[in-house]
Amino acid sequence: MGGAAGLPHMKGITFLVRFENVSLSYDGEHATLRDVNFAIEQHSFQFLTGPSGAGKTSLLRLMLMALKPTSGQISVFGRRVETLSKPQLTAARRRIGVVFQDFRLLDHLTVYDNVALPLRVLGQPESKYGPEVIELLQWVGLGDRMRVLPAVLSGGEKQRTAIARALIGRPELLLADEPTGNVDPTLARRLLRLFAELHRSGTSVVIATHDLGLMEQFAGAKRLVLADGRLHVFEPHS
Amino acid sequence: MLHIKTLLSRKSLFPKVASLDVGQGRLIEKRRVALVQRDSISGRALVTVVAIMTFLATLSAGAAFLVAQASDGWQHQVSQEMTIQVRPAEGRSLDKDAAAAAALARATRGIASVRIVSKAESERLLQPWLGSGLNFDALPIPRMIIVKLGNGAPPDLQALNAALAKAVPNAALDDHRLWLQRLDTMAGTMETGAVLVFMLVLVATALAVGFATRGAMAGNRDIIDVLHFVGASDGYIAREFQGHFLRLGATGAASGALLAVLIYAAAGLFEHFAMATAGGDQLRALFGSFSIGSRGYGVIAMIALGIALLTAFMSRSVVIRHLRGLY
Repeated sequence: MGGAAGLPHMKGITFLVRFENVSLSYDGEHATLRDVNFAIEQHSFQFLTGPSGAGKTSLLRLMLMALKPTSGQISVFGRRVETLSKPQLTAARRRIGVVFQDFRLLDHLTVYDNVALPLRVLGQPESKYGPEVIELLQWVGLGDRMRVLPAVLSGGEKQRTAIARALIGRPELLLADEPTGNVDPTLARRLLRLFAELHRSGTSVVIATHDLGLMEQFAGAKRLVLADGRLHVFEPHS
Repeated sequence: MLHIKTLLSRKSLFPKVASLDVGQGRLIEKRRVALVQRDSISGRALVTVVAIMTFLATLSAGAAFLVAQASDGWQHQVSQEMTIQVRPAEGRSLDKDAAAAAALARATRGIASVRIVSKAESERLLQPWLGSGLNFDALPIPRMIIVKLGNGAPPDLQALNAALAKAVPNAALDDHRLWLQRLDTMAGTMETGAVLVFMLVLVATALAVGFATRGAMAGNRDIIDVLHFVGASDGYIAREFQGHFLRLGATGAASGALLAVLIYAAAGLFEHFAMATAGGDQLRALFGSFSIGSRGYGVIAMIALGIALLTAFMSRSVVIRHLRGLY
């Protein structure tokens, strides 16, 4: 993981992402997000929740620097996003792993090649990243599926492939959009254990979900609740 | 199950390569998988469009080349020849006047050969218009003298005209100037027309290839997005697409150019076999040689290369524009 160098501090806390009065409107009239203020601390675990259409995915896309806010400031890894050059944005994005709600797997690439993508685009030789990809796929239970195309995978297998792809670059921040939405309860628990282990190993995790059962299992996690475009932050119970 | 800390620790990631089975080992060693889908419907359609447009562009370029070559040939032939016409005159011998005019022409510097068209030859030439069985002796048919110019300095035509006027007043020198001017205008118009048609085909090719590339790129937006979000630089994404589309463009352009080359080669063969026939001679007289020569083949190769590069450039510009909109 990357160190805390260059990250902003506040009372001993280091922030990976910080939103200050951020608003977002797609059409210029209706606000999807209004005056959102929050921060993702280093080594934190947070749930982003709210009803369908509340703007969870939009908030994640803002954190991923896939969208520009209509107003307000977003800082990622201690730098204001609007001041970053293209190469700096790319470098920042490489420190973030993302699991999309619709997986976004490339249909013509095998499971192995999909997971290898973040390392391949860095220009690493396959001889270097190949063993890492294979071992991670074995770890997420896809060791025997690495040669197949996504079209033949079940929803859960696609989900695990997407998670493996998000993890292979050893991100400092993992953003997951409804990661248990397409899997059975057993696999959901397994995925949660995976996220918990990631968190313990130092990765900050943000999971967007409206699954209350999932959140109950992580009573120690901070909850970011979106309602009517506004964000309410609930600190952990204990 | 491995522990996630082992998986994600910075120092020693996945140290178990040696324990991977043979199949997995092969998975690592062999492949270089294209990030952009190689064999897709839009890709095949693009190759077809590029091949057709390259074929049309090279065909029109070859046609312009042949027209230019033929008109140059006509001009050269006509400008290398003059005619002296000796008209019958009261009290003068046509044969003697023709011989005197020919002698004056031969004595002029810059003239390579002089030939008097015989009476029998003149009659044969007029037969298609006047019919057979006529007594040509009763007709005032002028005698023609064909004068061929040398390749060196042009003859002094003014002096020759003056000498003819003095020695053979019923002779007139026709240096084909008017005819040459008309031919020049016609050849220039044909050349310009051919070049314009070629330019239009080239513009149409560029537009068709551009639109087809954009169409093929539309299906690849998801790939661009995913590559972008997994941390690929804009340059990396653009290079992947540019390389892929250069391959598609080169395949299409090479196919179209090869077809055009085969057609020109077939036309050259036809010309070779039809050389001794009346039809072949007529075609040759009208259109010159069907062979476009090494220069023509060079132009075809340049067009094919240009179209392949255009395909790559268009894909790159679409990728860059899409990435600019992404942040």
